[in-house]
Amino acid sequence: CELIYVGDCGSAGRPSMRGSPFQFRLEAIVVEMQDSKSGVKCSEQKLNISTIPHVITGVDVLTWITNKMKTTPEEVQAFGTMLVAYGYIYPLQNHKKLVMCNNTSLYRFQTPYFWPTQNWVAEDSDYAIYLAKRNIRKKGMLEPYEQTHYSHLHDWMNHKWDFIVMQATEQYKAGKERKKPDRVVFDCQERAYWIVNRPPVSNMFYQQAIMRSKVKSSVSLGALAKYVTTYKNHDPFLAPCLPSNPWQTDNDTYWTCNTRRVDVPTKMRVERWSFSLFELLSDLRGRDDFKTFLKKEFSGENLAFWEAAEELKWGTGSSMTSKAETIFKTFLAPGAPRWINIDGRTMGLTVKGLEHPHRYVLEAAQTHVFLLMKKDTFFRYLKSPVYKDIQKKAINPDPHNFSPAQLEQNAQSRSLGIHPIILWQQEEEEKAKAAAASAPVDVKAMMSKIDRNK
Amino acid sequence: MCDQTFVAATFGPCESCGKASPLMNIYIKTEAINYCSFCVEMMACKGLQEGETVASLKKESESLKKKLDEERGKLSDIELNQVAEKVEVLGPLCIKTRRVLKGHGNKVLCMDWCKDKRRLVSSSQDGKVIVWDAFTLNKEHAVSLPCTWVLTCAYAPSGCAVACGGLDNKCSVFPLSLDKNENLSAKKKSVAMHTNYVSGCTFTSSDMQLLTSSGDGTCALWDVESGQLLQSFHGHTADVLSLDLAPSETGNTFVSGGCDKKANVWDMRSGQNVQSFETHESDINCVNLNYYCQLNPFVSGLCCCMFTGAPQCRFYDLRADREVAIYQKDSIIFGASTVDFSLSGRLLFAGYNDYTINLWDTLKGTRVSVLFGHENRVSRVRVSPDGTALCSASWDNTLRVMSWSTMSNILFYTQRKGCCILRLFSL
Repeated sequence: CELIYVGDCGSAGRPSMRGSPFQFRLEAIVVEMQDSKSGVKCSEQKLNISTIPHVITGVDVLTWITNKMKTTPEEVQAFGTMLVAYGYIYPLQNHKKLVMCNNTSLYRFQTPYFWPTQNWVAEDSDYAIYLAKRNIRKKGMLEPYEQTHYSHLHDWMNHKWDFIVMQATEQYKAGKERKKPDRVVFDCQERAYWIVNRPPVSNMFYQQAIMRSKVKSSVSLGALAKYVTTYKNHDPFLAPCLPSNPWQTDNDTYWTCNTRRVDVPTKMRVERWSFSLFELLSDLRGRDDFKTFLKKEFSGENLAFWEAAEELKWGTGSSMTSKAETIFKTFLAPGAPRWINIDGRTMGLTVKGLEHPHRYVLEAAQTHVFLLMKKDTFFRYLKSPVYKDIQKKAINPDPHNFSPAQLEQNAQSRSLGIHPIILWQQEEEEKAKAAAASAPVDVKAMMSKIDRNK
Repeated sequence: MCDQTFVAATFGPCESCGKASPLMNIYIKTEAINYCSFCVEMMACKGLQEGETVASLKKESESLKKKLDEERGKLSDIELNQVAEKVEVLGPLCIKTRRVLKGHGNKVLCMDWCKDKRRLVSSSQDGKVIVWDAFTLNKEHAVSLPCTWVLTCAYAPSGCAVACGGLDNKCSVFPLSLDKNENLSAKKKSVAMHTNYVSGCTFTSSDMQLLTSSGDGTCALWDVESGQLLQSFHGHTADVLSLDLAPSETGNTFVSGGCDKKANVWDMRSGQNVQSFETHESDINCVNLNYYCQLNPFVSGLCCCMFTGAPQCRFYDLRADREVAIYQKDSIIFGASTVDFSLSGRLLFAGYNDYTINLWDTLKGTRVSVLFGHENRVSRVRVSPDGTALCSASWDNTLRVMSWSTMSNILFYTQRKGCCILRLFSL
């Protein structure tokens, strides 16, 4: 019983297979390997002075696996090594190196008693011991369903309850001998095992799941396929980066020509802005271009409101009230300098919510504004001279063609780039400048200033 | 429009406790009620009611499960492999290791990329958290935490801080500095407090909020500045082992996977569990959200790939609310523990307990290649923010950065409005 609790916490790098269902398949294969007729060839071998029966060689094991699984030599080698790593086969000569060697190295099958996993049915008595042990530790802190199980087991196992409590106490004491971090990890593994084998029952969420709206597979899978196809040329694992992937050539031009504030973006980057409004706004360089377009249309307030709402959502708790006030005064109040045009119902809900501001108080209004931009403004932007202009200006860097000597040099002189902290400081400065420049003119203050000067 | 991410969250007095908070809209026997997330959790945890027994609840559970499967089945009018027939086959993919990051003294448990596409943070069993510039192989910072088993680490979106946590039940944020010799532990800020180990953490769109998952069965959203708990997410009935947040138009959902064999999708605003996927395999080690959106402007969706400790990787479509693909092979016996998508979503990188990384074609369901190199279990794989490289962290104490290798002397063509460019590469 104690053997089952051998986890990987203490032993050096030995993996654990607690409660995994694939163990059955693995063990079935190991049993097949030991078949006297169709399994791995075994013989008696003389090792040092003693003769050892049922010895197998590495090359025979790997040949058997190749015939059985019909896969590449690398996979066969990996699988063979796993059998040794997990303890189903042990090496006779080099005990410390747990690998399967493709030569005449000698191995033996481990007896099932010592297999890391056993075909062990989760017995009620073991569950009772587990719950009793938890009870000792946490003094009655069992979950309600566990409490139910515990009472039930106590009733019908009453005759061996002393034995159960004794086992629980022994295991508890043995557990205390372990180092704390290992003990914690092991406890979690044990608890997980019992959750799988004695799961609790909760029906409430099934009700919600049934009521939830769903979409036809053809619609949603079609959308997935379309997305994957659209982004294919932008995926550095499927299409080459221009001019080259920095990790491959040790040249970081790809990163320097795609920075936040680059003057002329690349053609690929500009193309990506056209995929969706979300892409356009996520790339701050794209967002800048969009702002240029909106300025020309005198409709920048929607995006400004959206940005302000984002800052409220993701900002600190303490800044919420002041941000909410500013947003109300700038965008929502009657006669506000950058008043946004949203429907009456949403406006009503939002204004009411602002009486007790919380970070999601602008959700409804923000969603409305986003959808407006997505369905209308975004498409007008894509057809606008601003976008067509940047498309023309955008550059397509020539692919690099480094010689081996040049690649060596690149590797010796990898660029350090700009530290993110410095970049962030620069960004904060730019934001402050932009905020000051675009702040709505306070007409009253201006007028009183003029009055005072008169 | 039936995309639930666009449903506005209601805010107001909870019908049970009266407190003003974001409300979850729950149906109890087709009747809609509006409770705050805490009251919903209390209701779900109530013991057996009058007339209920564990057996009757189990029976009800089975019938509801069947009904849910029926509902889902009604809309499954096509399978992924049918849709994928029209998509072209991928050519052979050669992926080479470009960097091996050595420096950890023990198993590397987690890593995360910085938004600058070259830096990363990694955490290990020996209690150390290291910030690397993977491009130059420079170790920029190393922090020693008082507890070992730092199970998770995350890089802040600004690049100015990192978060890490593990067996200390906490998740702390360390502001980084330009001075390599500065003692980062002095400025450490304790943000998240759970009642059990912290298994996963990630920042949201800003440095100001941290999302964590824990062995105590909950996920939580924290305000970094004040350490205040903003929202907790209850619904898992066992340890939550992983979480993933995907950038999206509304930015409100994340997914978590746990030992109760479930992957739950959550609405960050109200704490509501909006969707749930169950498998019959062992616990879910890693969940990953890949965002995709249609070119037509009306709907956007999320696809999620789930991992079980078993050797199958399952792909779920959140909008269709069903499993659409399983990635498995007879020769793969060992469980997978980590997964990530390439930029387009076409490739799925999966790290297994047999020390390899398998590459899957998500649409066709076939395995594209196997990456060898690590000498122990692969604990984490992550594609860099611009998709140029894959980093894998392993129990062999190293991290490897890999990228696609355009093969030597092969003619290459790119399609740019019908123009062909022929290139010869010397690599």
